[in-house]
Amino acid sequence: MTPSPFPILIIAVPLITAFLVIPLGWLKRSLCYPLMILSLSLSTLSALVILIHLLSDGTLHYRLGGWPPPWGIEYVIDHLNAFVALIVSVISLLIGISSKEMVQKDFPEKTVFFYSLFLLQVTGLLGIVVTGDLFNLYVFLEIASIAGYALIAIGEDGAPFASFNYMIYGTIGACFYLLGVGYLYIATGSLNMTDLTQLLPSLTSSKVVLLAFAFFVVGIAIKMALFPLHVWLPDAYTYAPSVVSSLVAPLTTKVGAYVLIRILLHLFPHSFFIETIPAALLLRWVAGIAVIFGCILALAQTDLKRMLGYVLIAEIGYIGLGIGLGNRNGLIGAILHILNDGLMMACLFLIVGAITFKGWPRKMNLLTGIHRKMPLTMATLVISGLSVIGIPPTCGFFSKWYLVLGAIDSKQWLSVAILLASSLFNAILFFRVIEKAYFEPARDEHESEDRSIEMDGVPFTILIPLFILTAGILSVGLLSGKIISGIIQHAIPAGF
Amino acid sequence: MEFIISKYNYWLYISLMMIGFYAMIGKKNLVKKLIGMNIFQTSIILYFISIGSKKGATIPIVAHGEPVLQASQYINPLPHVLMLTAIVVMVSTFGVALAILLLIHRRYHTLEEDEIIRLRR
Repeated sequence: MTPSPFPILIIAVPLITAFLVIPLGWLKRSLCYPLMILSLSLSTLSALVILIHLLSDGTLHYRLGGWPPPWGIEYVIDHLNAFVALIVSVISLLIGISSKEMVQKDFPEKTVFFYSLFLLQVTGLLGIVVTGDLFNLYVFLEIASIAGYALIAIGEDGAPFASFNYMIYGTIGACFYLLGVGYLYIATGSLNMTDLTQLLPSLTSSKVVLLAFAFFVVGIAIKMALFPLHVWLPDAYTYAPSVVSSLVAPLTTKVGAYVLIRILLHLFPHSFFIETIPAALLLRWVAGIAVIFGCILALAQTDLKRMLGYVLIAEIGYIGLGIGLGNRNGLIGAILHILNDGLMMACLFLIVGAITFKGWPRKMNLLTGIHRKMPLTMATLVISGLSVIGIPPTCGFFSKWYLVLGAIDSKQWLSVAILLASSLFNAILFFRVIEKAYFEPARDEHESEDRSIEMDGVPFTILIPLFILTAGILSVGLLSGKIISGIIQHAIPAGF
Repeated sequence: MEFIISKYNYWLYISLMMIGFYAMIGKKNLVKKLIGMNIFQTSIILYFISIGSKKGATIPIVAHGEPVLQASQYINPLPHVLMLTAIVVMVSTFGVALAILLLIHRRYHTLEEDEIIRLRR
């Protein structure tokens, strides 16, 4: 039987298109956008086909160049991979669709290069997800990061400086990851993840493996902006162009969380994570502080986009907390939150993009009366805000529910308290925005008497992805039982 | 003492790495930070190269008619090959970093971190 080509197509299509876009741009600029959408749709389609194959036939293997593992590079697709790959490709397709008008308005002369970088970023993120080789993962991690540095640097005033700082931190993270790979290679002589899961259980007492584990945790924590190593995130995502932050913010951190789950829980044996070194305990504490810290600093912000940056830090804390709980419900919550948070953050950052597209400021206290000017956008803001708070029909409730269940299962009452308190903080945060947008009279109301309700005036290329994301938030919430029993149950590593 | 000398390649890479790390965190000039980043990355290349090589071993190529030696008499080429890819990654990071520094310099006419922070206030 010939192996299914879809695991390689999912990254080969955007990678090749990234290079095709530039010569096409010399010939005809207007064709670049349709080409990008086409390649992102093909990649989404392959992710969907992979998921369907997986649900009927089980784990997929693809050998690059036909070399058998552990010597050749192998792409392994199991439930966790396929799930995250589908999230990444769908969200990048939606943001890709919405990019048209925003790119035209913000930097019209650079559209071609923007699309090329955008596709490279998506290639890197998808590559991290599908690969089954540790060094290959490093290469894709750097492809995604370098494209990200360049994309962020396009933005407004502070962007190049923020991007440079991000680069310094990101490089330290990637180098630590590479050192971890090196130490693991010394101890085992293998780079293949499937091979390593068989080799590592006999080596749990080795100090070299311990060191590799520590390097992995710190390196990935920098890349996913887990609390004490988050410093680069708020600046980078605030100053980046709106369309870039709505791609990078939901996906880079979520893919980082995926790598953390893959390496900590799948690669290393179960006992290593909980007993040999108290990584679970450490992660639980750090993530708990991340949640509270992110929420409190978000309260202090006046800029809507920067506030979302701190909310994102808190959301990463939830995922870290779910992993740190180290039991079944906690992990279900963490993996479900990768999906939910991807949707919520993409939606929220896109809303900020739509608001700034119409020329509104990002300062929250200047948004008074905006509900009359942009009623549809504000409606999506309310729904995604409710989801971040965690109100039942929206998806945010369900991942929090499983996280709380997991915390109760392992009798971590402090974690339960942190999770519940963070909902309160988020309620204050988003009700503050909603109050400004809906209930406070507009600044110039007395002079103009302009109480008419207008349509949004936002182009359909932005509105439709926004509606799809909002519908996604609601429907993922309603279907979360099916998603858990169909996919996430199987994505949890053995032994939990 | 024996322990320190026999593992000198690790000491070398760690001290280089710490020099780079200090420059990345302690220096105020952005170019100096970038140079620190480069030293940091190069130390990791050195580390990977050193774990692949062995004393008195030969390259892993068997010429026609020559006898095949024991596996322990060949060096391990894999870490060296990995570093070829890593060098490419590091060069592209460096290139993007220089481009960003150009952008910063055009915008603020300085590359000192504290001056940029003061200008942005």
